[in-house]
Amino acid sequence: MTINVKVMQRPVREVSYVRATLSGLALTLKHLVDPHAVTIQYPEEKWDLSPRWRGTHRMLTTEDDKAKCVACGLCPTVCPANCIKLVPGEDEEGNRYPLVFEIDEFRCIFCGYCQEVCPEEAIHMGRHYENAEFNRARFVYDLERLTAQTHPVSELWDPAHPRGE
Amino acid sequence: MPPLDPMQLEPSTWVFILATVVKMLAIFTIYMVGVAYTTLAERKISAWIQDRHGPNRVGPWGMFQVLADGVKNIMKEETMPGDVNKALFILAPALAFVPALIAWAVIPFGAPLPTPWGKIDLVVADLPIGFLFTLAITSIGVYGIVLAGWASNNKYALLGGLRSSAQMVSYEIAMGMSTVCVLLMAGNVSLNEIVMQQATMGWNALLLSIAAFLFLVAAFAETNRVPFDLPEAESELIAGYHSEYSAMKFSMFPISEYANMITASAMFVTLFLGGWDIPFTQWDNTGPATVMKALLTTMLFAAKVLFFVFFYIWVRWTLPRFRYDQLMSLGWKLMLPVALAYIVVVASALLALDAAGVSRTGWAFKGALMGLNFVLLGVLFFILDRGRLISPAYSRLERERVARLRSVAQSRATLAPGEIRS
Repeated sequence: MTINVKVMQRPVREVSYVRATLSGLALTLKHLVDPHAVTIQYPEEKWDLSPRWRGTHRMLTTEDDKAKCVACGLCPTVCPANCIKLVPGEDEEGNRYPLVFEIDEFRCIFCGYCQEVCPEEAIHMGRHYENAEFNRARFVYDLERLTAQTHPVSELWDPAHPRGE
Repeated sequence: MPPLDPMQLEPSTWVFILATVVKMLAIFTIYMVGVAYTTLAERKISAWIQDRHGPNRVGPWGMFQVLADGVKNIMKEETMPGDVNKALFILAPALAFVPALIAWAVIPFGAPLPTPWGKIDLVVADLPIGFLFTLAITSIGVYGIVLAGWASNNKYALLGGLRSSAQMVSYEIAMGMSTVCVLLMAGNVSLNEIVMQQATMGWNALLLSIAAFLFLVAAFAETNRVPFDLPEAESELIAGYHSEYSAMKFSMFPISEYANMITASAMFVTLFLGGWDIPFTQWDNTGPATVMKALLTTMLFAAKVLFFVFFYIWVRWTLPRFRYDQLMSLGWKLMLPVALAYIVVVASALLALDAAGVSRTGWAFKGALMGLNFVLLGVLFFILDRGRLISPAYSRLERERVARLRSVAQSRATLAPGEIRS
């Protein structure tokens, strides 16, 4: 059985290499003199993040600088990646608060369910992407770190959209 | 008789030797800096052509990138693969670079400079056989690449070296043949004489356009630049002849490539673009030498060379690489016959014009040659060039032959079990 290779028929008899080269040179020269550079000079210029950008988390606080979290346990339950570790505590007046609240940002898939499910609007995804660290342990964010973050938080929906929430 | 001006006389032996040393040092320094900045220019221009920014972090507009590159290459670890031929492996990078530098010795880069100690020619060595010298030296350049490929004990490196030598041999001929016309014009092989001839008669690029075009293409091949960079074809040979090199030894190969590029540009400018001649005026090459003339002509020479360095880079980021059979058929089946035919045409034209008593410096002579070249360029670009270069590999086989081969293959495939075909 012969193998029939499908060969594209090009108009090679009509093509001149030199003239094609000249038109190619003209094209590259056009880009050379008018480089519509699209590169963003990263450390100096930054990309505008979408209001719905889901980056590393942030825990919002009350006026007296305590975490808003009431340790209800909804976020570790809903978390599909199982990256939230929550140990609830309770003070004398019966108010629940998190004793331990850790998010493993390596396990996190940044779905935003924790923010959606939170009844107190405490845990939020952040509009932020510069997360480099020197060792893996630093990627487990504890409560102190989550509350200390200052970057803007995600909206999870487009506030301009008519159907909103 | 006017009193002799010491500034217009030939310098004494000691001044000559001292001036030569100074010129060598100056050329070496400028050349090395030029090579370094050509690498930066290549990166910048490629970036602009591709709508990027290019290196812009080290110093203003990345001006100090070359220093950073140099420091990096020297500090990096040098590896020496196990079974290399050590002596040749170390020698090859130097051998690739040195010929490009030597060739500069005979290229005149400016009108003579008058000094209180005598008139100094702006060329390191004004050899009477300057042109033959450059041809000989630039062919040595291939040794660096071939030896690097062979000494590496690596099949891809060897293939790269092999390709390079085949390519050099093929294009060296076309290059030499294309320059024969220049020698016919000048009647001399001294580069200074060739420049002076162009200063009086007009640039060879206009009078011998086809030779200039062939020389330019051959120079691309000789310097292993795209579209002739088959020796280092990344997609096929990893990095070709320098696959096994690292650190500064590796860096010598790009350096020698850029050095060759600058030298080839300088050769092209000298042979076809009037060298240091300032066009449309005889002011620069007649009368006594002045400092102003020397400066202006040197600057113009530099500008011409830089334009061709730019042209090299520009072409590199425009064209794809040739396939090997395209490269060979271009060299042997197109460029060599065209160069040979052009020699015959130019020699006949010169003979006819001289026999007709046309003055070589007059406009009739120039006009006749330019008209001839115009017609020939049209023939080359619009008739000869058609369908010869980018033809696909299969088209070299005749249609009937393909059909016959296919039928043979078909009959072979349908043999009965046990049947033997004689």
